[in-house]
Amino acid sequence: MSARLLEVSGVWKGFDDHAVLRGLDLQVDAHQAVVLIGASGSGKSTLLRCINGLESVDAGRIVLDGDVEVTDPDIDLDLVRRRVGIVFQSYNLFPHMSVIDNITLAPRKVAGVRAAQAQEEARALLDRFGLAGKADEYPDRLSGGQAQRVAIVRALAMQPELMLFDEITSALDPLLVGEVLDAVRELKSGGLTIVMATHEMGFAREVADRVCFLHDGIVREQGSPEQIFTDPQEPTTREFLARVFG
Amino acid sequence: MTMTPPAPGAPVVYQDPVRLALSRRRARRNAWVGMGSLVGFTVVISLLVSRSPGWPIVQETFFSREEFIDSFPGLLTAFMLNVKIFLIAEPLILIFSLVIALTRTLRSPIFLPLRVLATLYVDIFRGVPTILVIFLLGFGVPALRLQGVPNSPVFWGTAALVLSYTAYVAEVFRAGIGSVHPSQRMAARSLGLSVLQTNRYVVLPQAIRNVIPPLLNDFISLQKDTALVAVLGPIEVLRQAQIDASSTFNYTPYVGAALIFIALTIPMTRFADWVQARMARRQRAGSIA
Repeated sequence: MSARLLEVSGVWKGFDDHAVLRGLDLQVDAHQAVVLIGASGSGKSTLLRCINGLESVDAGRIVLDGDVEVTDPDIDLDLVRRRVGIVFQSYNLFPHMSVIDNITLAPRKVAGVRAAQAQEEARALLDRFGLAGKADEYPDRLSGGQAQRVAIVRALAMQPELMLFDEITSALDPLLVGEVLDAVRELKSGGLTIVMATHEMGFAREVADRVCFLHDGIVREQGSPEQIFTDPQEPTTREFLARVFG
Repeated sequence: MTMTPPAPGAPVVYQDPVRLALSRRRARRNAWVGMGSLVGFTVVISLLVSRSPGWPIVQETFFSREEFIDSFPGLLTAFMLNVKIFLIAEPLILIFSLVIALTRTLRSPIFLPLRVLATLYVDIFRGVPTILVIFLLGFGVPALRLQGVPNSPVFWGTAALVLSYTAYVAEVFRAGIGSVHPSQRMAARSLGLSVLQTNRYVVLPQAIRNVIPPLLNDFISLQKDTALVAVLGPIEVLRQAQIDASSTFNYTPYVGAALIFIALTIPMTRFADWVQARMARRQRAGSIA
């Protein structure tokens, strides 16, 4: 059994008078790929943002690597974020910087890596994800699939222990989804720990070690992809899957 | 001459030569019609004006050739003072207003006094007419007869312009900072950048780029408002024109001064238009970012 990397226990999070997370529990072991599924508004994005410290929780604890408590009000969140990468649905590349500068900004300014070394590492990563010729392009010259892969490389350049993907293919042309999912496959085979919110059920089934179905702000049901997709126990899970697969 | 169209799917741009000729002809005709209409309009207006009974006296009072030749070199020399005021004021305004705008975005409670001060400053100096600030500083401060404080009207006039314009330009910068999408800040923070680093490397470069057109607009406005310093007495271009005009009761020097300002502001305005158009094009090209 590998080590527990992420422990989410009893997390509540509301916006105004609407509760999005309602005492959610989730455990992720190192080198696991956990896929979150569920309807829009079920709390997938909110959960990922809480894990990264982009949102503060109302109650509960999120512990990273057994010792770093993300939800501790006094913690230096910049330190947490160095260890946890996140990629968003809308890429959020910096439009005024070239691809290589987008990628090397955080390693240089946050991790203190020398410029030459950061560039070398960035180019190696670009190469690995089929973006070798794009280092000096600006984001507005990239296709959606390329932009999203650059966003993945940018998060990866900080060498995170845990990678969060927040519906990273939802904004893409269907023809471009494949290349981004290939990038995730590549990361998974490299042994990176991944928590991914997605609507790509086929991909979830193929890549996930565990699938978690979120409903009403908790993990309503979880299990192997095989079990969730072929033999769901909860009526809400069945209903959701029936709607997704039409 | 006949041309065979390229095969369907060929990687070329192709337009039917007949259609091409037609659209070229149409464009040429439109150009001639526009030109003709403009010339005709100008001729009619100038005839109407020059034939009107009051024209000779208007011409003599405002557009006298001799007066113009006599006064123009002096006006140009005096205008150098306006240029000097502008060149000193503008960089100071840019620096101070950026500092004020950034101060207003600080969120930590310890900075509350600074934030209140910055807000008060902007509220006050945006509300008070620039010329009033010039009177207040230019006449008021020298009247205090303080040791070691300059008495020069140019100094206090420039200071007043800086105070007044900094308030405006700070608001332009603040709008620029607000125009950067929150997801950019979030992306930067998620990579571990601190608030300061996020501002410096991600938010400000985009904010400044977004406000270049309105900034140029304020530059143009400041160029003209250097003439307000005339009320304090230094011989800048408006004051020089006033002196010339009052000795001859001919107002051509004012027109000469106006021409000098226009000669400077029209290129600036066109430049601002060009920047704006270029940015609009880039924005369309980069709409996914």
